[in-house]
Amino acid sequence: MINLEMTQKMIEIKNGMNGVAQSMLRPISRHYDDNEHQYPKELDVFRSMKIMSRPKKKKKDGEEQNPDKPGAKKPGSNLAMTITIEEMCWGDLGLLLSLPNAGLGNAAIIAVATDEQMEQFGNKWASMAITEPGAGSDSGSITTTAKLDGNEWVLNGEKIFVTCAERCDIAVIWATVDKSAGKAGIKSFIVEKGRPGFKLDKLEHKLGIRSNDTGTYVLDDCRIPKENILGSPEVKQSTEGFKGVMKTFDNTRPLVASMSLGVTRAALDFTREKIEESGIKLDYEKNPNNVSSLEKEFYLMEANLEAMRLLTWRSAWMMDNGEFNNLEASMAKAKSGRQGTLICQKCCDLLGPLGLSCDHLAEKWMRDVKITDIFEGTGQIQHLIVARNILEFSSKQLK
Amino acid sequence: MEEKEFSFRMSEEQRTMKETVARLVKDVVAENAHDMDEKKAIPPAFIQKVWELGATVSVVPEEYGGYGMEHSPIMNTIILEELAYGDMALAIAATLPSLFMYPILDGGTDDQKKKYLPPYCGASYKPCTVAINEPRFKFDPVSMETKAEKRGGTYVLNGKKCFVPMAKDSAHLLIAAATGGTNDLFIIAKENPGLKIGDREKNLGAYALDTYPVILENCEVPAGDRLGGDQGCNYGTFLQKTRVALSAIGTGVSRASFEYARDYARERVQFGEPIAFRQSIAFMIAEMAYEVDAMRLMTWKAASALEAGRDAKREAYLAKLYAGEMTMKITDYGVQILGGHGYIRDHPVERYYRNGRGIAILEGMTIV
Ligand SMILES: Cc1cc2nc3c(=O)[nH]c(=O)nc-3n(C[C@H](O)[C@H](O)[C@H](O)COP(=O)(O)OP(=O)(O)OC[C@H]3O[C@@H](n4cnc5c(N)ncnc54)[C@H](O)[C@@H]3O)c2cc1C
Repeated sequence: MINLEMTQKMIEIKNGMNGVAQSMLRPISRHYDDNEHQYPKELDVFRSMKIMSRPKKKKKDGEEQNPDKPGAKKPGSNLAMTITIEEMCWGDLGLLLSLPNAGLGNAAIIAVATDEQMEQFGNKWASMAITEPGAGSDSGSITTTAKLDGNEWVLNGEKIFVTCAERCDIAVIWATVDKSAGKAGIKSFIVEKGRPGFKLDKLEHKLGIRSNDTGTYVLDDCRIPKENILGSPEVKQSTEGFKGVMKTFDNTRPLVASMSLGVTRAALDFTREKIEESGIKLDYEKNPNNVSSLEKEFYLMEANLEAMRLLTWRSAWMMDNGEFNNLEASMAKAKSGRQGTLICQKCCDLLGPLGLSCDHLAEKWMRDVKITDIFEGTGQIQHLIVARNILEFSSKQLK
Repeated sequence: MEEKEFSFRMSEEQRTMKETVARLVKDVVAENAHDMDEKKAIPPAFIQKVWELGATVSVVPEEYGGYGMEHSPIMNTIILEELAYGDMALAIAATLPSLFMYPILDGGTDDQKKKYLPPYCGASYKPCTVAINEPRFKFDPVSMETKAEKRGGTYVLNGKKCFVPMAKDSAHLLIAAATGGTNDLFIIAKENPGLKIGDREKNLGAYALDTYPVILENCEVPAGDRLGGDQGCNYGTFLQKTRVALSAIGTGVSRASFEYARDYARERVQFGEPIAFRQSIAFMIAEMAYEVDAMRLMTWKAASALEAGRDAKREAYLAKLYAGEMTMKITDYGVQILGGHGYIRDHPVERYYRNGRGIAILEGMTIV
């Protein structure tokens, strides 16, 4: 039965994580924005926590329910994760991305690694390197190569814009084992830091999320053990394998959408604080044309944030319920990435001089949130995915 | 009480109702909505068909002539979206008795329930209506110019109302007025000499729905007909329920425009290929798709709060604000995707565009 009232458990998660964000991330937010690339040592306490792990195998019927409160409804793990990420990003998005052992690479490993690989790499911090200078949105066109030589893969190529490039322990690198096979030839490989031929070439200076180390890897005849390939080495005729990898994004897009939710809410909360301090009472009742434009703008932003959140929660909830969510995940990211950007800009506008000054965080949130409309598929790419789904068009028909 | 699970999934009952209404809409209005609009009338048989679903009467307790089933705002949003997907005028007309009866159910005195509910619980649809909107610049349902003044055992009402659906054929009206500090609803019989119903209005949208101005001139209403008696009613909750309902209607109208434009864009060929092969069209369609969903989810969210018996002021306000803005955007896209053809009344996107304008402006036209 439809019910969009948050459960007690969801509220507990939200409040708990907000406490963490408030006490651990907000106080250091400005510092690590000013000191680009400095390692946020305060986050080391998270290393021992299992933020990302394989979901435990479902117990048999009846054993499931949590023991503490009879009748309490626990949200699924994906929904819980979206709530967690929103709260943490309300604290600081760059720092959330810098949480040890919780990289995008970790998500990929958890999704497809064998038990042996889990044993070996499960506790490592993994970055994910797909993008190349010549291959961004078109990730199927990457040119980094992997060639089998005896018991080793030999990797060559350049990867750019890798999140946590410096801080991570290992990198999941996308490379092609057979260029002529197109997307079917693309595989992912685990490369440990310190392997000869694997170099961190440089770190980028960015608009926002400056606390995070975005970097370039160069692979120059880098040799890794044969076992370091994720998934099957076989090149199938179909692109099923590539599609499988792309499916990871159905899981992570709701999380990126949640990042936007968190930053956007931070900006709105601060704006609301200032509005109320000035003596205006938001009453949620009057004809929205009979209030000041400031109030109406605020209401519209709040409504949009609500829309972003519901689209995002739906896509995560579907995952928890084993439903295919490719369309809904892209809807959530398309809406949240774009709208979050607009709202954070607008908040600065409404805040006036407070929105420009680095004495406050609003200007930073405006810079930070923008990335959510870019990485893991730009807003345009999300619209493409949604449109192809809705119109039932192939990627050849709708380019 | 056991906590409800957080869920986006319809129950069996909700899905069955949705499908039933969808089928009815398809059989009854799909082919006729255009004619209804052109002829500016809804055939009474269509309204009767919706009435026979029993949604309104089902929640009235047996002692007042209903079936005593649970009142579910969420279920009502599902019904309204489907009806409005078929035709907005029909959605408002067919659910009009709810708009009159639910506030009495929620906040009426025993006497009011006994007197005013049973006559409207029959097998045949009988219109009864509600008057909220006022014909003036800066109208606001929380600061009305229609005033009620207490004089002894009666209230004297003065003011002008507009967009009162089916007022001419309604035996009773529920009329909103400000009573020195509070907002109230008054039950008024049509024969009341202080009440005058003007000529049928001509409006931008919902041509098929007949609406009227209502003029109150020293209209005397017995104190016993003030909704809730001495206590008055919870006008805020009433407003919330009507705002959620208008959001559901906006969702239905928008979805109709979205689906029509989507199908058209797949078929229409220009420059040698379907126009939807071009991103500027395809991306509009993508946006329409997720905004329709967002509107519906916000409607459900507010309805969930109402269903839990919680104050839904904020949720209902934001849902209506969002639905108002988005319905305009989506129905505009609908016309734009059809180009010049979208401007011609042969295609329904023209009607959706006119109807959609009402969501933001109107108040109190329908209820969950
Ligand atoms: C801070 C940061 C962190 C990142 N982290 C990672 C990471 O950890 N791992 C990783 O692999 N990558 C990462 N990326 C890369 C990111 O995913 C890409 O930048 C992104 O996918 C876009 O690719 P591009 O920059 O090459 O832009 P392009 O693909 O060149 O796009 C340029 C513009 O064209 C539009 N466009 C492209 N194709 C189409 C199309 N078919 N239709 C319509 N419009 C189109 C795009 O939307 C965009 O507006 C990161 C990037 C940044 C900035």
